[in-house]
Amino acid sequence: MPLNFTLASRNLFHDRIRFVATTIGIVFSVVLVMVQMGLYLGFGQMVTKMIDQASPDLWVMRSGTKCFEDPSLIDARKRDAYLAVKGVADVNALVIGFSDWHMANGAITPVFIVGSNLKGDGLKPWNVVAGSAQSLSEDGAVAVDKTYSERLGTSGLGSEAEIRGHAVKVTALTDGIRSFTTTPYVFVDMSRARTYVGIPNTYANYFLVKLKPGANVDQVRHDIEAQSPTNEVLTTPEFRDRSRNFWLFGTGAGVALFAGALLGVIVGTVIVAQTLYSSTKDHIDEFATLRAMGSSNRYIYGVIIYQALLNAVVGFGLASLVGFAVVYFTSGGALPVVITPLLMSAIFLLTVVMCIVSAFAAILRVLRIDPVMVFTK
Amino acid sequence: MNDPILEAKNVSSVLGSGAGRVQALKDVNLTLHGGELTMLMGPSGSGKTTLLSILGFMLTPTSGSVCIRGQSTENGDAETLARVRREHIGLIFQSYHLFPTLTAAENVQVALDVRGEAGSKARTRSHDALAQVGLSHKINSYPREMSGGEQQRVAIARAIVSTPSVILADEPTAALDSGNGHAIMDVLAAIAKDPSRSVLVVTHDSRLTSFSSRIHSIEDGRIVGEQPAAGSCPVHATPLPPNDAVRAETG
Repeated sequence: MPLNFTLASRNLFHDRIRFVATTIGIVFSVVLVMVQMGLYLGFGQMVTKMIDQASPDLWVMRSGTKCFEDPSLIDARKRDAYLAVKGVADVNALVIGFSDWHMANGAITPVFIVGSNLKGDGLKPWNVVAGSAQSLSEDGAVAVDKTYSERLGTSGLGSEAEIRGHAVKVTALTDGIRSFTTTPYVFVDMSRARTYVGIPNTYANYFLVKLKPGANVDQVRHDIEAQSPTNEVLTTPEFRDRSRNFWLFGTGAGVALFAGALLGVIVGTVIVAQTLYSSTKDHIDEFATLRAMGSSNRYIYGVIIYQALLNAVVGFGLASLVGFAVVYFTSGGALPVVITPLLMSAIFLLTVVMCIVSAFAAILRVLRIDPVMVFTK
Repeated sequence: MNDPILEAKNVSSVLGSGAGRVQALKDVNLTLHGGELTMLMGPSGSGKTTLLSILGFMLTPTSGSVCIRGQSTENGDAETLARVRREHIGLIFQSYHLFPTLTAAENVQVALDVRGEAGSKARTRSHDALAQVGLSHKINSYPREMSGGEQQRVAIARAIVSTPSVILADEPTAALDSGNGHAIMDVLAAIAKDPSRSVLVVTHDSRLTSFSSRIHSIEDGRIVGEQPAAGSCPVHATPLPPNDAVRAETG
């Protein structure tokens, strides 16, 4: 272990109160960044959950559709034409839209209807924990998530309600299909979905296109778009990006999360800079002694940089524990904080950079040291 | 007389500017020879510290030159001067300037660490240097656990561990009682017996002159007198104790 590291660590831990105050500042800063970025990732995952789950090869939608929840309509009668395109294996319509859920006690709550062809590769409910997805073919059958029981006034399978004046009955319960808008998803058969959202039978919101093995994606896209100039065709990754960008940046939500993270970085930088500077001032005689002994600037900077790195490692370690606790407690919520190994690595790097940048003021201070002061003090 | 190790020729130094301008040194000529303990004496404000700073390559003279082992550092930048200091100069200060969070051995080892010497060899050398000043038993002690005399001996060990050509000591006994002061001077005089080294001690304490080989007096920035010691060897100098003998003497 280099001796300037020993000197750095002993000086750092010697003043315990200052060290604790700095560590708290760094932990606060890193946790803020971690939570903001974790929310960003969590939000990003939540807003594309339906797209990820359906995951067809291609999505056909009205040109300019901004996100999955956008209720722009397309002509459902084009299905046969799309099926005839070379390379297409299957085409399934998808109907989505907001509606009202009328409870037996007269209360009303908005719901988001997701209707697809139950016999094809549509967007059927997943994580079914009671009942079955196949039961949705029954008249008035719906699937809801069990976490919304209170919100929907349901008590499990067999619970009854009304959507747009039509009686519905819960025949399947899912677990963990939560909406970031807090509006519960209601899965139904596609034909009834049109009734519930109030659109004619000749319309749908999307076509989910499955390709034959080896099909040329670009050619199929081109051929489908050629048939309907008002529609556009996106791959699942493209639609995922578009949807995520709309919710994160189109609405300003992502910018707000980044702004919070930036605030955390600024707070952390200021706290560490202030601490390193005051520590350097307190130990200025020692730095002057090192300089008088002939140490290079690099050696002296090493002491300060090691202190900055120690601050970073200790602060990040404690902040990680807090971060994992936040992840645990938000995992079942509508907007979980998601911390991936990549995010952890990035935040660790950011913490290190933040602490090293904070050392600049202290380094500028030692640059001004006159070694002659060792004779006058 | 041994070869000169450090030579200051026609050194003048002007400090400050405008109304605060002070001519701190005027045409100073001084040579430090190997195997000698030279004393620099003078009243406060006479230019001792300025001269010591210039001889220690911490301050560049306004005019004149300083050579160490025939090597001039004229126009050297701060990093060049720092290199000369770490290769040739050992410094001892009135207020010790030890690192309070490092042990005695670590304090000594810093002088090697700044030269890029680390590891077990450096540790061994630092232990040997502490043994030379009689502090083998204080290797793991922190400065706060040692007396003033012991701290100054750690500072001496730190100054000699890298075997510099010149050791510059600024009032090394000023903060010590006379017993500890004499013991410290005895150690410095013993170090100065090595013909490859020269020791310069700045002091006002005329009671210490008996340790010196040569005495220079400085007043108003000029060397006003050079006075060789009575004998060819310092009166009190005894061979540097190879063990903890000094400890017994100074407590």
